[in-house]
Amino acid sequence: MNDLAIDVRGLNKSFGPKRAVKDFALQVRRGEIYGFLGPNGSGKTTSIRMLCGLLKPDSGSGTCLGYDVIRETAAIKREVGYMTQRFSLWEDLTIRENLEFVARMYGMPRRHAVVARSLDALGLASRRDQLAGTLSGGWKQRLALAACMLHEPQLLLLDEPTAGVDPKARRDFWEEIHGLAARGISVLVSTHYMDEAERCHRLAYLAWGSLLATGTPEEVRQAGSLVTWAVAGPGLWSLSARLRALPGVAQVTAFGNSLHVAGEDETMLEAALAPFRADPALVWRREQPGLEDVFIHLMSRVGAPP
Amino acid sequence: MSRQPFSFSRWSGIIIKEFIQLRRDRLTFGMIVGIPVIQLLLFGFAINTDPKNLPTAILAADSSSWSRSLVAAMQTSGYFRITRILASAAEVEETLAHGKAQFVVTIPENFGRKLARGERPVLLVEADATDPSAVGGALSALNQLATSALARDLQGPYADARPAAPPFEIRLHRRYNPEGITAYNIVPGLLGVILTMTMVLMTGLAMTRERERGTFENLLATPALPIEVMTGKIVPYILIGLIQVSLILAAAFAIFRVPMHGSLATLYLVVLLFIAANLTLGMTFSSIAQNQLQAMQMTFFFFLPSMLLSGFMFPFSGMPGWAQAVGSVLPLTHFLVLVRGIMLKGNALHELWPAVWPILVFMLAVIGVGLRFYKRTLD
Repeated sequence: MNDLAIDVRGLNKSFGPKRAVKDFALQVRRGEIYGFLGPNGSGKTTSIRMLCGLLKPDSGSGTCLGYDVIRETAAIKREVGYMTQRFSLWEDLTIRENLEFVARMYGMPRRHAVVARSLDALGLASRRDQLAGTLSGGWKQRLALAACMLHEPQLLLLDEPTAGVDPKARRDFWEEIHGLAARGISVLVSTHYMDEAERCHRLAYLAWGSLLATGTPEEVRQAGSLVTWAVAGPGLWSLSARLRALPGVAQVTAFGNSLHVAGEDETMLEAALAPFRADPALVWRREQPGLEDVFIHLMSRVGAPP
Repeated sequence: MSRQPFSFSRWSGIIIKEFIQLRRDRLTFGMIVGIPVIQLLLFGFAINTDPKNLPTAILAADSSSWSRSLVAAMQTSGYFRITRILASAAEVEETLAHGKAQFVVTIPENFGRKLARGERPVLLVEADATDPSAVGGALSALNQLATSALARDLQGPYADARPAAPPFEIRLHRRYNPEGITAYNIVPGLLGVILTMTMVLMTGLAMTRERERGTFENLLATPALPIEVMTGKIVPYILIGLIQVSLILAAAFAIFRVPMHGSLATLYLVVLLFIAANLTLGMTFSSIAQNQLQAMQMTFFFFLPSMLLSGFMFPFSGMPGWAQAVGSVLPLTHFLVLVRGIMLKGNALHELWPAVWPILVFMLAVIGVGLRFYKRTLD
């Protein structure tokens, strides 16, 4: 046993002529929350499915919790909790029936006690006889998390667990995740939310089947080597069109009452912005580049999807 | 490969889950009881391959007592019901063309006198034979009538007019169903038809429903083995099949008075084999189909030839060779032989083998196809 929960390299997967994942490599330490980002269709779900044995990689090798991802999928399934992107519990079963079923599938001893404890822990006890299909999005997500935690897995694979969930429920969810990580459970979580990315220990950014960046949120921000200026003032919309045309400006993004102007080359950017900074109506401020800026910049560098 | 053994606890978990879902699915539950009841009523009561009391018109140009006895004999045969008396030849045409009667009997002038003289007069029966099966039974009864109806009247001085006895006699025994009651043939056959329809359809939907709702991914992520999932999903439907069979058999005995000459145990054994064959087919359909609609379409694609070419609707031996060849692949064809053999003929198990092995072969072939298509992963 090493201290890596996930250690894979060179994973490839094609569906027909389409290469969904190219030379995928990932190391996740035990007790680490690992954020998995990337645009829709970038291969996040495919990668997660390969890690938990739902898809067989075309090539590559590695281990998940010390088990071989190609040959020991049965053992991996027993010790990994996988939460699907779409709610995939049975909507025509009640909450308790769903959990009981999952407990049976994992052959858990003292099933009733385990289910009762899980219901209590998630605050679902009063709703246990409600059909899962009648739950709201937030409750469905809690139930799905309870179900994939039931067999006390060492590794959680969460595929966009907070999509369509309100901010309060999301925050509670992340508190829960951090609590689990503190107990030594590793979590790989895919998301589209930048605030969630900031809450991860480490990040990986996947686009069109390839990993573009990995590291802590801070490292990813540095690696983007972006210089960002924020500007506030009147006529921002027409200003943004003019700024976009300037040399050295990679992206201009509107943020409510300000624009974020970012470029790779600091001197070029500053030279280009100098005449605008002379305008007294505009207030300029140097900004830390956001993760979103970095990712969108990374995306524009690799170009359109193949 | 890390192998894990078959787990009875996981298997029973899947069965329990299927039962709970089945109980909540009112429509499916209704189908389980509704389809046998509706089919029984439709086929058992409505269909009659030997129709009686057919509307008959008479154009009588002769009013001798011979004519009267002839008409009376036709009515007592049960096939003919005299609904109208015609006055002219023109009406005959109109009666048939407008479907006012199935038969028109024309008794020519001097029928009685010619008969008495032994001149073999001609009696014209015109039938609306648009549907051949509607008039078949009645027409064969007519031939009997010609010799028997007037036998009592042609005595004494008229004895000469009696037909000469044929050189040999044909003695007919209608074995197993002497009265030709359609229900005796149809109701046991319905067992097979209903099982084919519900077993294939419901198992076909069982797996594709999981795939369509996305719950299949969850099932695959658990340590459950394919064999546990597949057999666990099948068990509830075996029970449903047995419930349906018992329902139909109860109706067969209580309402339709279908005889049971063989052993009930043998019948249930054969039923189980047939259920198994249909379930494997349903499972295979659900492994191939992408969604529930496709599974449904496949079921009907299979169900139609099963209905038409198995010998349920039309006599199997009367079909052309190619149709018989297609029909003999279908398990229903052989099941009909089995169930009719057991119930009506009292066949014992060892006599049934020729109809048992084709079902076994069908089942093995289908399992082979199904295993090739079953997806352990999401690829």
